[in-house]
Amino acid sequence: MVSAARLAERAEAERLLAVFTAAGAVQVEADLLQPAGTLLDLYGEDIRARAYTTRDPVRGEMMLRPDFTVPVVQMHMAEGAEPARYAYAGPVFRMQEEESDRACEYMQVGYEVFDGADPAAADAEVFALFAETLAPLGLTASTGDIGVLTAAVAGLSTTARRKAALMRHIWRPRRFRALLDRFGGRSAPPATRTALLAAAEEVGAEALIAAAGPVIGLRGSEEIAARIEALRADAAEPPVPEAERDVIERILALRGTMDEALRALETLAAGMPALTPALDRLAARRDALAARGVAAGALGFEASYGRTALEYYDGFVFGFGGNGTGRAPVATGGRYDALTRVLGQGREIQAVGGVIRPAEVLEAGR
Amino acid sequence: MTIKLGLPSKGRLMEQTFDWFAARGVQMRRTGSEREYAGAVEGAAGVSLVLLSAGEIPRELATGRIHLGVTGTDLVREKIAGWAARVEEITPLGFGFADLVLAVPAAWVDVDTLDDLDAAAAAFRARHGHRLRIATKYHRLVRDYLRAHGVADYQLVDSQGATEGTVANETAEAIADITSSGETLRANHLKVLGDGPVLRSQATLFRARDADWSGTKARNFRALMKTLGLPPG
Repeated sequence: MVSAARLAERAEAERLLAVFTAAGAVQVEADLLQPAGTLLDLYGEDIRARAYTTRDPVRGEMMLRPDFTVPVVQMHMAEGAEPARYAYAGPVFRMQEEESDRACEYMQVGYEVFDGADPAAADAEVFALFAETLAPLGLTASTGDIGVLTAAVAGLSTTARRKAALMRHIWRPRRFRALLDRFGGRSAPPATRTALLAAAEEVGAEALIAAAGPVIGLRGSEEIAARIEALRADAAEPPVPEAERDVIERILALRGTMDEALRALETLAAGMPALTPALDRLAARRDALAARGVAAGALGFEASYGRTALEYYDGFVFGFGGNGTGRAPVATGGRYDALTRVLGQGREIQAVGGVIRPAEVLEAGR
Repeated sequence: MTIKLGLPSKGRLMEQTFDWFAARGVQMRRTGSEREYAGAVEGAAGVSLVLLSAGEIPRELATGRIHLGVTGTDLVREKIAGWAARVEEITPLGFGFADLVLAVPAAWVDVDTLDDLDAAAAAFRARHGHRLRIATKYHRLVRDYLRAHGVADYQLVDSQGATEGTVANETAEAIADITSSGETLRANHLKVLGDGPVLRSQATLFRARDADWSGTKARNFRALMKTLGLPPG
């Protein structure tokens, strides 16, 4: 990128940062080089296709900061006190293997709120601040709430093990679908599994393992036997009722305005009361948004929005611009309580925030 | 203006490639001493031979320093990001067959599919405190494959050789490697997952999209294709 464009991007980043600090946020910084281990533990190997990895002879594998969220959460958990509002601006780095015309280095300006007193109000605060800041661009806003889908999964009348398997793959739509079809009895278990369970029934898991070969590596025979036992128990479970699968299908397909989504979810909650808390959170957020002057009822809402992004948003999600334009969104954000739970090793804090890409603001304003 | 054809510089792959071209009227031979990587072409005008390690041919194709090249599909897909935009597969050559497969200990009677591997990885991570390790040198291919199939809680560890031994040595729990017969896997008490290979590879003739095709080079290319009995591209 030529220096004039970089200078304009930097100036725009400074302007946006000033907006966020004027809104009450404390400015923070983060290292450009982040330890790779934390990011790999959070996102798995997929992050390697998106972040630049480098080696330090002493610190080991490092990554060029792919975003600020992780270091800001770590900083807050180590030394911050609630409630806290942080703002930052700086370059982030994303490898672009497929869409090679997209920038691999760009500025991000962010605003993060750690305030558990009133989650709906914190969601509304972040969204309203972004909406107001970006208002001159006339962008379309999209919203969603991953919490609706997780509430539906938690509400299934099936085993904890099946629910945990579905929860683990909330962010991987293809495997989520395959698991749902299996647990719902819509797809048959693989033939190899049926054969395994029959053989284990006949001779016992230990004999089966011993006959297959020496147990090499760290995964021991008791782990293999434990999984066979889990598969046996699961095979004896009845399928997830069709009415409940139908609720999940309807949620996956749910898109419209926020008011339409609320009405549709009310109907669904009548059949699955476990949805009610998620519905209440959505309604409270709608009211909190309206209290901040956002025309919330007419906002676009998609229950699957943000599901294929990096897996850390687990509640309210939003984005401005980017849909159908072939360009990156101008801004994205959401609630990431689950991320704080992983980073805090059991300790969870309520967190919501978002980022703006100054280069996209300039592009959209052209 | 000659077009540069990059071929493997040694071993069975070189011999089979030379034979393939010879059977179609284009004679290749190494010139100079045994140790010198120079070659000559007879039967095709305006084509010069460049002998390279098969592993370097993808890079040379991607940058367009050679116009045509013969190497394995596995190497092209592993080494060239967005490979389809950079090179074109002209024709598979019918030799150099090798499958990139995922293999786990044969004693893992509960793991036969990617679905099983994913579930085993989740349980493994919960118990051992780290992700299930897969040893490979094909990082991009394996990662793309596992992501497309929604497998989580694994990590790739680099292994540039003797990959089948990593499980017994406890530096990995599973492997992803090229195999032609599967004998080495069996000898190391490993079995291949039943979902089919990550990739079926064979020696293939590639064309570099970004090479300089100006002047007489495009004509030389069409003439070569005609000699080889291939469509003119």
